[in-house]
Amino acid sequence: MSAVWRSPRARVIVGTGIAAVVLFVVAPGMLSSFRLNLLAKFLCLAMVAVGIGLAWGRGGMLTLGQGVFFGLGGYMMAMHLKLEDAGPGGVPDFMTLYGDGVVPGWWEPFRDPVFTLVAIVVLPTVLAALLGLAVFTRRVRGAYFAILSQALAAAFAILLIGQQKVTGGTNGLNGFRSFFGFDLADPVNKKMLYFIAAGTLLVMVLLVRLLMRSRWGELLVAVRDQENRVRFLGYNPAVVKAGAFAVAACFASIGGALFTPIVGIISPADVGVVPSIVFLVGVAIGGRATLLGPVLGAVAVSWAESSLSESFPSFWTYFQGALFIVVVAFLPNGIATLGQVRLRRRARAEAPPDEPTAEPPHDEVAVEPSTSGRTA
Amino acid sequence: MSEQTPPTPAALLGEGQLDPDALEAVLAAPVERFRHDYLEIRGLRVSFDGFVAVDGVDLTVTQGDLRFLIGPNGAGKTTIVDAITGLAAATGSVRFGGVDLLGKPSHRIARAGVGRTFQTASVFDELSVLQNLDIAAGASRRAHTLLRRRSGIPDDVEAAMETVGLAHLRDVTAGVLAHGQKQWLEIGMLLVQDAHLLLLDEPVAGMSQAEREETGLLLQRIGAQRTVVVVEHDMEFLRSFASSVTVLHQGRVLSEGTVAEVQADPRVVEVYLGTASTSTTTKEA
Repeated sequence: MSAVWRSPRARVIVGTGIAAVVLFVVAPGMLSSFRLNLLAKFLCLAMVAVGIGLAWGRGGMLTLGQGVFFGLGGYMMAMHLKLEDAGPGGVPDFMTLYGDGVVPGWWEPFRDPVFTLVAIVVLPTVLAALLGLAVFTRRVRGAYFAILSQALAAAFAILLIGQQKVTGGTNGLNGFRSFFGFDLADPVNKKMLYFIAAGTLLVMVLLVRLLMRSRWGELLVAVRDQENRVRFLGYNPAVVKAGAFAVAACFASIGGALFTPIVGIISPADVGVVPSIVFLVGVAIGGRATLLGPVLGAVAVSWAESSLSESFPSFWTYFQGALFIVVVAFLPNGIATLGQVRLRRRARAEAPPDEPTAEPPHDEVAVEPSTSGRTA
Repeated sequence: MSEQTPPTPAALLGEGQLDPDALEAVLAAPVERFRHDYLEIRGLRVSFDGFVAVDGVDLTVTQGDLRFLIGPNGAGKTTIVDAITGLAAATGSVRFGGVDLLGKPSHRIARAGVGRTFQTASVFDELSVLQNLDIAAGASRRAHTLLRRRSGIPDDVEAAMETVGLAHLRDVTAGVLAHGQKQWLEIGMLLVQDAHLLLLDEPVAGMSQAEREETGLLLQRIGAQRTVVVVEHDMEFLRSFASSVTVLHQGRVLSEGTVAEVQADPRVVEVYLGTASTSTTTKEA
């Protein structure tokens, strides 16, 4: 077994196999349809987390506004589902309720399922790439980038609330009856949605693994740690960062698009400042620079949230805050790095005390070199 | 899931040694490629919020020269390097190999063949020696190459790794290298980057005497082929290896020439070496 573990390729195959068995056999077999639907929702949130892991953990961009891209995907999907429910040429119910009953021109293309699916993947990606290029070329980074992205999320939520006639306002878009021709009330179709979410997430994780191990992935880490140095090697760091940001946006959008039919509603409460921060908390707790940390962190935090809120409705917020503090204080790189920290402790304990120090002294875990993701 | 090797104890890093023979492979390129390289700076002026750091500097460095820039703190040595590489906004003209550099973004200047190092070694601490050099070699790679894993080690990277004596440490993360080894890694990165103009900011700071000697010989060999400018404080190092020297003082060129000429210049003796012995002859300058 240990020999198998040592080969990266075998590790991927074994890991993917285990994940596939858990996601496609164990979970559907053990969980009630209600719980399975909840898990499907968490997997959608985990998709956002995978993207944040790449952009923040590897690229150092503190993306505090992923709700924007999550929302774009979610709302585009919701628009299509509403139009589908309304039938050919029909008007979604809420439009006659709040407005004049005329479908706006920019809604019309979303009647086409293919256009909708393409737009969900392409639109947020292009938007993020352009925004990223504009922002990173001007060398906006660190806290300034975080504030900017957070402000975008706030503005997006306010815009959605304000345009009630075309976005459903605070209520968002809900009450979907079918999903590309499949009845959403049918438990079989709900299960199918879960499988789609699980498969998508698996593909995303494998894709990010490829990216992390590619030369571009190494370059991304280099940009995170020494942006100027990369510049003087002849690379444009803005392009590298915008690329990672675009991938994260694409994943968030797809997550949002699957979230909508699985949960049955998308509203400003799912895309604003607070959900954008919650996305980040799971990633931070899991381990932002690792491959699986963000996924497991996001799923675990969401799972804990829903089960703890069931028993202690007002307790969750405190627990989440405490967990965040503990992890950031004692494991700044997330729970996924627990093993590394222990290895290092042991190595230090075994090292002779008078070892010549050719390296700068390490200050506990705080400046630990292997995964300290700076928010550059 | 991280594939980091546990940090290597410093004792295992061993004493690195430069390998001048491997350098020959790196420098094997025909000299014609470098024939028209020369750095020409005219009327360079850099000011920060009204403070003039560089005030009308003219500087010409030809291919095959190993030029040292010296001067007291605040003389504008590093600022000139910053201006050449696009880090500091400047007026005047900076041309290298027929290309106008001023006003270009840093990464384009780098692509025009200009490489630099920083006072504090700035390698990618979390990446291995091999990864550092591979990134330095790859600015012109296309997307499909970038998006794949590195298969094998490019020849230029291997040769550079041997040149700077880090071949046995290729998989060690750069963060655990000794200070001198980091400086060497930086020089290796300049080599694989195929810089025609190398701007080195205090490349031997913190090195042992033996390491300085080796580094100096290496720079001399590189300087014979390419254009090399070194900012340095160490006078001993300068005397041993400089082929020409420019002395800066308060943002202006004070003196220029061979080591002997510069040392004999009374103005230099006064402002830089601070000896009062020749103070009577300086005022008319």
